[in-house]
Amino acid sequence: MNKATQRTIDIVEKNLSKRYRAEKRFRLYGLMSIGFGLLCLVVLFTDIISKGLPAFKQTRILLPIEFNRDDLGISDATDPEQLRAGNYEAILRNAIRGKFPDAKSRRDKRALSAMLSNAASFHLQDTLAENPDLLGETVSTWILADDDVDVYVKSLDGFGEPFTGRLSEQQIGWVQTLIDDEAIRTQFNTTFFTASASREPEQAGILGAALGSLFTLVVTLLLSFPIGVAAAIYLEEYAPKNKFTELIEVNINNLAAVPSIIFGLLGLAIFINMFGLTRSVPLVGGLVLTLMTLPTIIISSRAAIKSVPPSIREAALGVGASKMQMILHHVLPLAMPGMLTGTIIGMAQALGETAPLLMIGMVAFIVDLPAGITDPATVLPVQIFLWADSPERAFVERTSAAIMVLLAFLIFMNTLAVWLRKRLERRW
Amino acid sequence: MDIVTEERIEKSKATTAESAVSLKKESNPMDSTVESKPAENGPAGVEQYLGQETIGTPYCDNPKMTARNVKVYYGEKQVMHDVSLDIGEHEVIAMIGPSGCGKSTFLRCLNRMNDTIDTCRIEGDISLDGQNIYDPKLDVVPLRARVGMVFQKPNPFPKSIYDNVAYGPRIHGLVNHRAELDEVVETSLKRAGLWNEVKDRLDQPGTGLSGGQQQRLCIARTIAVSPEVILMDEPCSALDPIATAKIEELIAELSENYTIAIVTHSMQQAARVSHRTAYFHLGKLIEANKTELVFTNPQHEMTEAYITGRFG
Repeated sequence: MNKATQRTIDIVEKNLSKRYRAEKRFRLYGLMSIGFGLLCLVVLFTDIISKGLPAFKQTRILLPIEFNRDDLGISDATDPEQLRAGNYEAILRNAIRGKFPDAKSRRDKRALSAMLSNAASFHLQDTLAENPDLLGETVSTWILADDDVDVYVKSLDGFGEPFTGRLSEQQIGWVQTLIDDEAIRTQFNTTFFTASASREPEQAGILGAALGSLFTLVVTLLLSFPIGVAAAIYLEEYAPKNKFTELIEVNINNLAAVPSIIFGLLGLAIFINMFGLTRSVPLVGGLVLTLMTLPTIIISSRAAIKSVPPSIREAALGVGASKMQMILHHVLPLAMPGMLTGTIIGMAQALGETAPLLMIGMVAFIVDLPAGITDPATVLPVQIFLWADSPERAFVERTSAAIMVLLAFLIFMNTLAVWLRKRLERRW
Repeated sequence: MDIVTEERIEKSKATTAESAVSLKKESNPMDSTVESKPAENGPAGVEQYLGQETIGTPYCDNPKMTARNVKVYYGEKQVMHDVSLDIGEHEVIAMIGPSGCGKSTFLRCLNRMNDTIDTCRIEGDISLDGQNIYDPKLDVVPLRARVGMVFQKPNPFPKSIYDNVAYGPRIHGLVNHRAELDEVVETSLKRAGLWNEVKDRLDQPGTGLSGGQQQRLCIARTIAVSPEVILMDEPCSALDPIATAKIEELIAELSENYTIAIVTHSMQQAARVSHRTAYFHLGKLIEANKTELVFTNPQHEMTEAYITGRFG
């Protein structure tokens, strides 16, 4: 007996170091995987943030603007009719030509005007409308620069060669003069957060797409959460276990794996062609995304309901609760954190979805801010796609900035999920 | 109160010792015949008892609940064979037997808790005060309010102590205003012997109590709806001896006002708390008799084999 134990110990000890080595390796694999994941994340974030940050700045040029009555063609600055008809281009032209009198030829003059944004005249109109007393005065104003100037000025701060793009040698010279005079500066880009899509990068903003996303998600949430939870409760608590419910279950699981563009086609065929709803509106987008999110919500809600211990159900039934009371008073509160997590994951998925929305026309170029779920809109990921597709250099940084906004949305939603979970979770 | 328990414990000690002694004397000549049948033949052994009537006195004069020829099937499998048993008014009846003998199944039939199991099918009659509880017209919700249940594992709701007890009265609308509810909660907790321990922390979660306290909370929750019958499914199996003693004491007190059916694995417990004892074996009610009789002079050889610890 003693001999036998001795031998067992010997064998065990001989293998021990090998076992420990294997265990160390095993742990290392896990650590490496996590390291790799984190590295990817860091690379992604650094790239996006470094590219996107400049988009939050905007270049402006200081010009002495003379609100000349004759040039503007305005005699009374309080008359909206006259204000609208005013020739603001003219006073802008005069201002920049006054700055650079050496530009004589027609071509030079045009190149000079091209350095200012098309939107500048509208800004002047707004300024004058707000402050009619300015008529006849000369005011030093920071005028929005064209996107080419904007990109060039911002690239001067960065590493490597400054990006000249479409700017001519002459224009670069003028910009340099402005820099030397300290008549050019970059300031916070409010346009990006207050405007909708535009062909001119310096006038393009994310608000329209963000609102579109918000409206779409609200529709999705309002539809998919109640429907998903009700379906999960029925399947889990009431449905008899037979071939038919098994079939339903298999199909729900299959639906979760259907490529999202198929849902887009379905939405196009049913909601737009059959029911005649408008294209490009958040209502239809929300309906399509509801179809896509439902399986996720149903599956996670069922898992959450299943995980409620049977002892709690028995306790409720044992004191004479009806089935509905048992579900509403005990099962649902305990399953709620899991259901909400599933729902928010589904929502996050819906937020990042592009393909099905392309099918129902939410890819349109929409300048107006959507005011409701029936106004044409686009959504954040589609906006990112559109900007990434645009040739102007200035859209590169805006694409990254839009991704940052989308990520901020996602992080906010996930934080909300964690917070809700913490709040609603009960221990037993 | 303590004296009562001690008395009971003393008494039960005496009875078990007595029975052990008496059995030793009597069972020696029977050993060879009894032991081979149930212990070695296992499940097949029940077949020979299937046709037999239950030995003893399964019926009583003032039954609260009556069960007649109850057969229970889980799917195709029959787990209970023709069980007929009365539960007398204000009586504590203990159900004992080896694991899987159907005593818990029978208990769960009494308030239709088996309805929650899809494959479960029940034949025969079970009635409460002469009314068939399996009548399709009968509503199961009021039935469960009349026949309450305490489970094996303490299962308080993850809510406050107050809400745990108040839940039943609330859903049944037994009280009209807050003060009345407060009173029901207080009396229920007092009856369950928990009031003094929790009166200062009624708003704390019931799940934060110790195991024994949780089980008494569950009993308080059950009696808060003033049931007529309380079913207890191994209420002490998860508790230590001190908590067990408290629950047993409580059962003795409750038996003055309620009819109690208790399933237990502890024969000492059955001997201590019950008036009558029913012995189940493989889905068959073998013997039902006065508790003293079952433990001192079992009529059936299998009952005797079980309570002397030769199998089960």
